[in-house]
Amino acid sequence: MSAAREKASFLPAALERLYAVFVKELIQLRRDRLTFATMIAIPVMQLILFGFAINSDPKHLPTAVLDNDHSAFSRLFITALKATDYFDIRYALSAPEEIDPLLLSGDVNFAIEIPQDFARKLARGENPAILVVADAADPTAVNGAAMALNGMAAQVFTRELLGPLQRLSSKPAPYEVRLQKRYNPAGETRLNIVPGLVGTILTLTMLIFTALSVTREVERGTMESLLAMPINPVEIMLGKILPYAAVGFLQMALIAFAARFIFKVPVVGNLGTFVTLTMLFIVANLSVGYTFSTIAKNQLQAMQMSFFFFLPSILLSGFMFPFRGMPDWAQDIGSILPLTHYLRIVRGVMLKGAGFADLAADTAALGAFTLAAMTIAVLRFRQTLD
Amino acid sequence: MSEAPEIVIDVRGLNKSFDGKKVVEDLSMQVRRGRIHGFLGPNGSGKTTTIRMLCGLLTPDSGEGTCLGFDILTRQREIKRRTGYMTQRFSLYADLTIRENLEFIGRVYGLRDPAARAGEAIERLGLGGRANQLASELSGGWKQRLALGACIMPRPELLLLDEPTAGVDPKARRDFWDEIHQLAHEGLTVLVSTHYMDEAERCHEIAYIAYGHLLARGTVAEIIAQSHLSTFVVSGDDLAALAEILKQTPGVDMVAPFGAKLHVAGRDAAALDRVAEQFAAPGLVWERDAPNLEDVFIDMMSRARDNYS
Repeated sequence: MSAAREKASFLPAALERLYAVFVKELIQLRRDRLTFATMIAIPVMQLILFGFAINSDPKHLPTAVLDNDHSAFSRLFITALKATDYFDIRYALSAPEEIDPLLLSGDVNFAIEIPQDFARKLARGENPAILVVADAADPTAVNGAAMALNGMAAQVFTRELLGPLQRLSSKPAPYEVRLQKRYNPAGETRLNIVPGLVGTILTLTMLIFTALSVTREVERGTMESLLAMPINPVEIMLGKILPYAAVGFLQMALIAFAARFIFKVPVVGNLGTFVTLTMLFIVANLSVGYTFSTIAKNQLQAMQMSFFFFLPSILLSGFMFPFRGMPDWAQDIGSILPLTHYLRIVRGVMLKGAGFADLAADTAALGAFTLAAMTIAVLRFRQTLD
Repeated sequence: MSEAPEIVIDVRGLNKSFDGKKVVEDLSMQVRRGRIHGFLGPNGSGKTTTIRMLCGLLTPDSGEGTCLGFDILTRQREIKRRTGYMTQRFSLYADLTIRENLEFIGRVYGLRDPAARAGEAIERLGLGGRANQLASELSGGWKQRLALGACIMPRPELLLLDEPTAGVDPKARRDFWDEIHQLAHEGLTVLVSTHYMDEAERCHEIAYIAYGHLLARGTVAEIIAQSHLSTFVVSGDDLAALAEILKQTPGVDMVAPFGAKLHVAGRDAAALDRVAEQFAAPGLVWERDAPNLEDVFIDMMSRARDNYS
């Protein structure tokens, strides 16, 4: 250090001034712990998320099976399904009516129905059909699995079809897999991305609106006056959140309009459901932003915290990459984020026509999240200057 | 509130430290209704901290007391409702107009007709033509007038002013103090911190605080009398050189140039008399004089430094 300094004194004046600023910036950077932490944490976070969490060929997708046949062959088929690694059989159904709610709420990506006399028809060489219903709202999530399903069809029974049945083992497969892609049959990415964008854009804008609101008052010195007035933290918080909820409403209207008329995304579900749940999501994000704003010391820190929250939101929510394709720990983190739940809601309502009942779990999650964020904000809000 | 207590501020043994550093130590004070109470002391002496503890912006580490009859530890909301606090730094919203700022305050304090009350305040301040200007566009003196107007708009019973006239020209300062006296006359109690001696002399009573300790309290005359300081005013040639020598001389506690004259003060009157004789010279005039407030404060400050820092 001292050597560097001596050297600096031999430098031309301009370089010496540059050096002065350089040293000052380094010192200030070292003092600003949060900036320093973000500089380290963001690359690490990105590495982990991109390296481990994200998988564009998702496996272990939640699947429901309705086995009407209960034969050795149907069980064999299910075992083979599991062996592909693409299907994680979470539900064994007993009636066809159970399929739709699971798909609407996004609890499963696949529902597989094996017909009643599958084994018998197979033996007779009648080429029975297995119905596979796929939730194609997110086409990437479904493609790999659909391909695996086709590839598997020919091989499943080769070993079992011995003796008199050996004739059946000749290709093509002795049964048919009928894949039914629901909600986005053409597999258009646009239909998946545009509703997702509704959530992503709202997250970013809402977060930043309120993230700056308290820090701005502290920085400008108006907080001291405000605190000396007879007003309590809840009144301040709601007073600061509500105007932005109105702004959020306008944004939502704008984006929804563009989605419908520019990007031609069909809106299958009820508009009232969409508006109500989107407003809940908007308030959830505003409360997170407000919470950041009570923690951050200045506006820059508040922006950094918002960015820090936004990054996992787009990567782990299922916006960019299929949610079910991520390892469990990443799904757990994703489940905390409001965007994850909102994506299920917005895709559910717009593409699948889901209603409140189908989305109850995600709605409850958003509500709980909002309440928790607001509670933290009120507790964190420094009512005094202590 | 049933009846107005005669003692508006009554606190005992207030302590406050930040990061282990004691900022206010064992401070007690009483302020009576309708009085202007000056609060003096060097920078960092704990004036702002004390004012903030009085209005509920800071919680004392220990100590107790009441403000307007309400416990300062538990009834902050009632105190805030009845107190106007003018911060050291301009703290109205720079991006709101004068009218919008005042209406905001009116609403927060729950005034019946905030718009009308803001209008009245604007008239009283003489800001009629500029009501729709942004607060940030005002000059320093006008900002200060507006801040005071905002403080008194909710009709508080107590005004806490933290160095309200810093950076304001003499004319504006004088107008400001006329206004303060008028308000006190109407029954408002005022606690005002300042660095200016002329302002201290305009207060009914003053309290001097240094290093977190209350060093003196009373009227200006009382404080000067309590100081037991004897003072000479020296005029003549080459006072700068004399000042350097006097500073080293035993018996002299304070030497300060005032224009073409030198104030020399000491706590031991006899010793100072001997110094005056010793340095008597042709061309030098030693005149006995009563100490002024500044002499007393500078002396107190140096003593406090010896005792507490």
